[in-house]
Parts: sequence; C-alpha cells; structure tokens
Amino acid sequence: MKTHPLRRGGLIALLACLLFAPLVALAVDDPSEMLPDPAQEQRAEAIGAQLRCLVCQNESIEDSSADLARDLRHVVREHVAKGESNQQIMDWMVNRYGNFIRLKPPFTIGTLLLWVMPLLALCIGIGIAWWTFRRPRAPVPPPLSDEERRRLSDLTETR
Amino acid sequence: MSEQPSSPTRRRLLMAAPLVVAGGVGVGFWRMLSGMTKGSFDPHDIHAPALNRPVPDFALPDQAPGTGFSAADLRGLKAPVLVNYFASWCIPCVAEMPVLNVLKDRLPIWGIAYKDKPEHALGFVQRAGNPYARIASDHDGLAAIDWGVSGVPETFLVGPGGIIRWHTASPITEAMITNTIMPLADSLKQ
Repeated sequence: MKTHPLRRGGLIALLACLLFAPLVALAVDDPSEMLPDPAQEQRAEAIGAQLRCLVCQNESIEDSSADLARDLRHVVREHVAKGESNQQIMDWMVNRYGNFIRLKPPFTIGTLLLWVMPLLALCIGIGIAWWTFRRPRAPVPPPLSDEERRRLSDLTETR
Repeated sequence: MSEQPSSPTRRRLLMAAPLVVAGGVGVGFWRMLSGMTKGSFDPHDIHAPALNRPVPDFALPDQAPGTGFSAADLRGLKAPVLVNYFASWCIPCVAEMPVLNVLKDRLPIWGIAYKDKPEHALGFVQRAGNPYARIASDHDGLAAIDWGVSGVPETFLVGPGGIIRWHTASPITEAMITNTIMPLADSLKQ
C-alpha cells in the first residue's frame, strides 16, 4: 500500500507536535521566571518550596500555578538576586502573611502539641503495650474431677 | 487469648470513652460552625500580622472613575476608612457590592482594583454602583503582597494615623457591618 508523501509528512509533523508539545508548554512558564545564575535559582527554589501558596494552601508556591504563587516566586527571586539571606526572605514573607505561609511551622507554645505529637503517640503506645503485657495470664483451671468428666461426656455424646 | 474478667465499672468506663471523645469533637465542630455564622470564627482569616500595624508603604495610580492614593494619604487621616481590595473578575466582589453601596454613606470606602484591566474595573464599578470615595489600581498585584492580601475581596478598616484595626478575607456582610465594623469605626472616631 502506498502512502501519499504529503500525508506522511503531515503525520510526522503531527507526531512531532504531540511529542514536543509538553516541553513547549513547560518552557512558556519557566525560563522567563528563572534567575540566570543556577546557584541563585536553586536557592530561590529551595525557599519557595518552604512557602505555602495562600490560594491553594496545600501546595508550595513552587508547585502552584496560582497567580499569587507566581507573584511570590517573582518576589523571592528579586530578593535572592539582591543578595538577601534565606532568613531575611523568610522574615519578609512572615511579616506579611504570618507563620501560616511557612509550610514548616516554627516551634512555639502554640505549635508545641503539633511537634511533640509523634513522641507523645510513641509514649502512649509503649504505655498501652506495657500495661497489656504486664497483666498476669489467666490461671490454668484445675483438672476436671471424675464427676465433671462424666457430665462432659454426657453433654458431648452424639445421639 | 484468654478474656480477663473485668469489673463492671471499668467496662462502663471503657464503653463511655469513645462516646465522650465523639461528644468533645462534636462540641468543637459545633462551636466552629456557630462561630462562622456569627462571624467570630473565620477559617479563611490567616492574616493576623496586618492587625494594629500601620498600612504598608505603597503609592498606587488612579483607577477611573476615582483617584489613586498612597500610604501617606491613609496615614494622614483623622477618621477611619474602609480599604477594599476588589476585582472585576471576582464573583464574591459582585456579591458584596450592594452592601458596600449602603455602607458608603456611613463610612468612607476606598477601593483598590487588584490585577484588573483599567477598563474592566471601570465597567465593574459602573455596573455595580460605585461605593468608593477613591479608587486606586494595583495592576501587578505587588502592593497587595505588602498588605498581606491573598485574594479578593479583602477589606481593612484603617483607623486614624493609618493603623489597620480590622481585617477580613471574606465578602462584607450586613452582619459584619452591624456587629463589628460600625461599632469599631465609631469607637475610632475622635
């Protein structure tokens, strides 16, 4: 069977489009945002991964495609390019949005229960296990007397 | 596994424990829900930092049909003003407009159009009625970040001297005005 050369060309073009479309789609969003210095970009990404997107709330601003997340990514990169430390940038964000913006909450009185919960759960588990195994086993009942043995065989006798 | 004979009191206590836990959780949720309807609890309210601080430094251009304003304008005020972030593309903003249009006669409202095309924001204000004494345009949304705004609508009650006295990330309701905004605004008037 012969394929028309034009049709084959069209098919290849279509396949190429399908194959490379995802790359193009990513590229549109990314390079314009990225810092030219790879070390600075890496730092900006690390900071962004610690910041909550306030629109989606369960994503970091690096993962979210919300408008506000994009703006905050931009702000983080501006501050990194200015040479600010991670702590300075984090403080800048917390100053505006409160500790809620930090995906890793700081250790304070308010978050005490949150942070000690794994240890607390472990202690409770060990406590329950210790309490359960400490209890004495039920005593072995005394052997049946002749009378009891006779009653048992009466009861279990098949008719 | 052999069953240990347990005292009736202990058995009753063990039976009651899950009920007590469930009851406690239920009371907690009920308090949260009733607080949400009364306005004393707002799960979206994540911006404690803005409260009782001066407004951030900003200067925003005019948004037709109003005139823009800056931090200096708010800090120079002698009476409270409500600052309302809005956008033409925001549905809850449409919903709160009738309430704002009633409130404007009792309390001046200054609007900031967030990430909006000037012609769209103008059309929005013309359609919904203009409650704003002044309107500024925050086109790139960067001033909003300094305010701690995470979306629209967001509203701040700015007291004399430009101190932020109250804030909500929810649409303004009549209940909020009667219970919170007006009592607070009246107490801030000098």
